[in-house]
Amino acid sequence: MTAAGAPTRDQDRHTVSARGVTKAFPGVVANDGVDFDADRGEVHALLGENGSGKTTLCKILTGLYRPDAGQVLVGGDTVAFRSPADAYEAGIFMVHQHFSLVSSMTVAENVVLGWHRDKGRVFNRRQVEEEVARAAERFDMHIDPRAIISRLSVGERQRVEILKALYRGARTLILDEPTSVLTPQEAEQLFVSLRRMAAEGESVVFISHKLDEVTALCDRVTVLRHGRVSGSADLRTSRVDARGLARMMVGRDIAFSRRSRVDALGDSEPALELRDVSAVEAHGTLALHEVTLSVRPGEILGVAGVSGNGQVALAEVIAGLRKRTAGDVTLQGKPLPSGNPRAAADRGLAYVPEDRLGTGLAPGLTVADNCVLKAYRQRELGRGPFLSRIRILARTRRLLKAFDVRGTAESLVRQLSGGNAQKVLLAREISSEPQVLVVATPTRGLDVSAMESIRSILLEAAAGGAAILMISEDLAEILDLADRIAVISRGRIQGVLEADGADPTQVGVLMMGGSLEDTGVAAP
Amino acid sequence: MLRLPEIHFEKRLKPPRWLGPAMPPIAVLAALIIGGLILWASGRDPIDIYQRMVRVSFTNPGALSATLVAATPLVLTGLAAAITFRMKVWNIGADGQLMIGAVFASAAGIALDEQGLAVSMTVMIIAGMVGGGLWAAIPALLRVYLNTSEVLTTLMLNYIAPLILFYLIFSTTSYWRDLTTEGARVFPRGKTILEGAFWPEYGGGVVVPFGFILGIVLAVLLTVVVRSTRFGFQMRVSADSPTAGRYAGIRTARLLVLVMVLSGAVAGIAGASQIGDFSHRLEPKILQFAVFGYTGIAVAALVRYHPLGVVVSAILVGALSNAGLALQGPELPLGLIGVNQGLILLLVAASEVSARYKVVVGRRPRTGHGAQQAGGDLDGGPAEEPASGGVS
Ligand SMILES: Nc1ncnc2c1ncn2[C@@H]1O[C@H](COP(=O)(O)OP(=O)(O)OP(=O)(O)O)[C@@H](O)[C@H]1O
Ligand SMILES: [Mg+2]
Repeated sequence: MTAAGAPTRDQDRHTVSARGVTKAFPGVVANDGVDFDADRGEVHALLGENGSGKTTLCKILTGLYRPDAGQVLVGGDTVAFRSPADAYEAGIFMVHQHFSLVSSMTVAENVVLGWHRDKGRVFNRRQVEEEVARAAERFDMHIDPRAIISRLSVGERQRVEILKALYRGARTLILDEPTSVLTPQEAEQLFVSLRRMAAEGESVVFISHKLDEVTALCDRVTVLRHGRVSGSADLRTSRVDARGLARMMVGRDIAFSRRSRVDALGDSEPALELRDVSAVEAHGTLALHEVTLSVRPGEILGVAGVSGNGQVALAEVIAGLRKRTAGDVTLQGKPLPSGNPRAAADRGLAYVPEDRLGTGLAPGLTVADNCVLKAYRQRELGRGPFLSRIRILARTRRLLKAFDVRGTAESLVRQLSGGNAQKVLLAREISSEPQVLVVATPTRGLDVSAMESIRSILLEAAAGGAAILMISEDLAEILDLADRIAVISRGRIQGVLEADGADPTQVGVLMMGGSLEDTGVAAP
Repeated sequence: MLRLPEIHFEKRLKPPRWLGPAMPPIAVLAALIIGGLILWASGRDPIDIYQRMVRVSFTNPGALSATLVAATPLVLTGLAAAITFRMKVWNIGADGQLMIGAVFASAAGIALDEQGLAVSMTVMIIAGMVGGGLWAAIPALLRVYLNTSEVLTTLMLNYIAPLILFYLIFSTTSYWRDLTTEGARVFPRGKTILEGAFWPEYGGGVVVPFGFILGIVLAVLLTVVVRSTRFGFQMRVSADSPTAGRYAGIRTARLLVLVMVLSGAVAGIAGASQIGDFSHRLEPKILQFAVFGYTGIAVAALVRYHPLGVVVSAILVGALSNAGLALQGPELPLGLIGVNQGLILLLVAASEVSARYKVVVGRRPRTGHGAQQAGGDLDGGPAEEPASGGVS
């Protein structure tokens, strides 16, 4: 099944290779003698647990980091990139999770921005727009070159990033967890484009924790473990399925836990209740319209919907980060003031925002500081006005251990791998033993085993009596974990279904803005 | 065809850890070398001048005293700047806050009876803090309620404060004005505070003003507050990410007002020290032309707003201005010393950039031989231009 080594290949077919690449950060060897080849005409998956060194390797391939030892080769020649600009010039381009687009400019302007090809020539808008449109068409990417970035969805922005790369002559495109921000439909579109690129002889390096995507899209996989290559496989010749890949990554089978549908919730009072809640976006458009929801203790209410349909506003209104314009929120039977995050937290509300590094964590502070981001006021963490380092560190170590975070208490959160930062946030919020937990895309960016442990932790929390509002674009996850499903579309709740026997197509209709009557099923 | 070399700023892959703290001293050294070249080019002997600078600033008791006197207000205004700038709140108004602090402190000093030194000093310090704090509260509240930029409002208040001072002494028969003698009525001046309320000086031979000691104590205190208190935790979180601060339940508006008022209060202590340590009465002209507040910003920036560092850089800047005054004469114009001072500030500011970026000139070949030389971050050899040539 899994080929121990890659089959021998002809040197000049390689676009980009790493040979014995080693990179250490204080306290951790992120890459340890990694050999890696991205061949022309293939989509090559890079897999591995959180913190196994995938992002680091890609940053080395694109000149963002320099290796401590080992070499990067392009077409068989050793190169020494000093900056991403060098890597562009060699045709290697990386699409990061955080896009680098200027949001007030158009697609075409962003594509040529800072690009020196036409140096000395006047920017010919018409011509550039035509060229961009042509490139978009060639790779099946639907995008209007004249559109302003700020009006585009996340998926569209990602397409602009890819276009930017292609326009600049990218031969090797590296995508770091590109689908974590996409809807399934957008992901499908992306895959079509990536296959097209591979068919044209370019090469694509694809990082993802979603193993089904990998088996569907990729030609080869390389698995990293603790910074080393622990396995590789050619998916064209061997039939490795998602389970096989998971085993290659973590060395054991992962079975996802699901909600056991036996426990009756009874008629307890809701722990969280929203009545006719409305809210607006910063620029005044309606974000939520008369939303009515309730979550009882011990219940997981899944909020399903295409991202950008009011989920962020919903979570923020409950957490007090956004003022509501109408309606009431009740927490534990008592009305919650509008726009007061501290009041919400003091009443036992924990919140895992979708925007991890921007909102949920202070990336420039240490892991220890972040572990007490909300708890710093607790008496047991210090004496009087003083905080006790020892007690903070003790609590931090406990959280790191319980959630298997790879990182030290003293490392800055911004230095953690994406998945580990996510775990710090989850660890802090879940371990506060909240009565109500609002959690957005809880398993995004987590590797399979972490994903499973978070799922079981959420189920345990619910079993322990917490009321959980889980916002997710991953319908499968909602169907597995939630007791009831509320479907949100354009800021409205289209319907609430019992998860038992819910039909994914029915949910899909609701997500697209249909009503329960349209689905031909009577409301429960 | 003539081609100028291309200059690029390249972001450092990983700024080395030692570079941050090492940069200011390196910059000061570089400034002294460049300044020396300028002195040399203007036909003077830089070594001799530097030796004299050290002599008039440090190596005899009188010189060291003068340096510490010059450094005293700068430590305090430097701390005032450091408190807010660390949090990315731009309080440019220490100058005005110092003046209003001086108004309040001198009022207290005038009103005092023979209460004993400890009491009268405490009262004066508190009065100065109240004055400076109130003056800083205005822009803070304006920002919180009306969302005005504190840069503009603090700056504008800096123009208003001296007008108040001049009004109090020159335009009215106010409480602050000395009307006891005929001379004072013709040439207006401030009332002198009670002699028993003059602040003490310490040290044998070398004069250490009380305000300077206060500055050191405050620097230590602030360091402890920021590092180890709950309040300091809020400051650190909000400084790093205001959004995360709000998320964590920190009342960010209140924190902003508190920090501004605290900063103003420290500047107000500088004002109190001007009265208690030095002038013993309100001196509008001295306070207006000294620009202690603005210099304090430079003092704090020199050490990246680190409270303890402020003490050191205040002494350095104090020494420089002191040396300037002491050395100026027909053969060494003050401007030339100003050039040296300016160079130091400029280079330290530039070093902030160079800790994060490196400057590369010209281009270099794209493929090298292995990546073994990787890791070193100071090998800022020639690099490339992001891209050129006709890809189409
Ligand atoms: N700039 C940095 N400074 C210090 N340590 C770092 C830095 N970047 C990465 N690391 C560490 O290197 C290790 C590998 O990180 P990397 O981001 O490559 O992981 P990853 O495989 O991309 O994980 P994930 O799936 O969670 O994104 C981690 O332990 C991380 O903490
Ligand atoms: Mg990563």
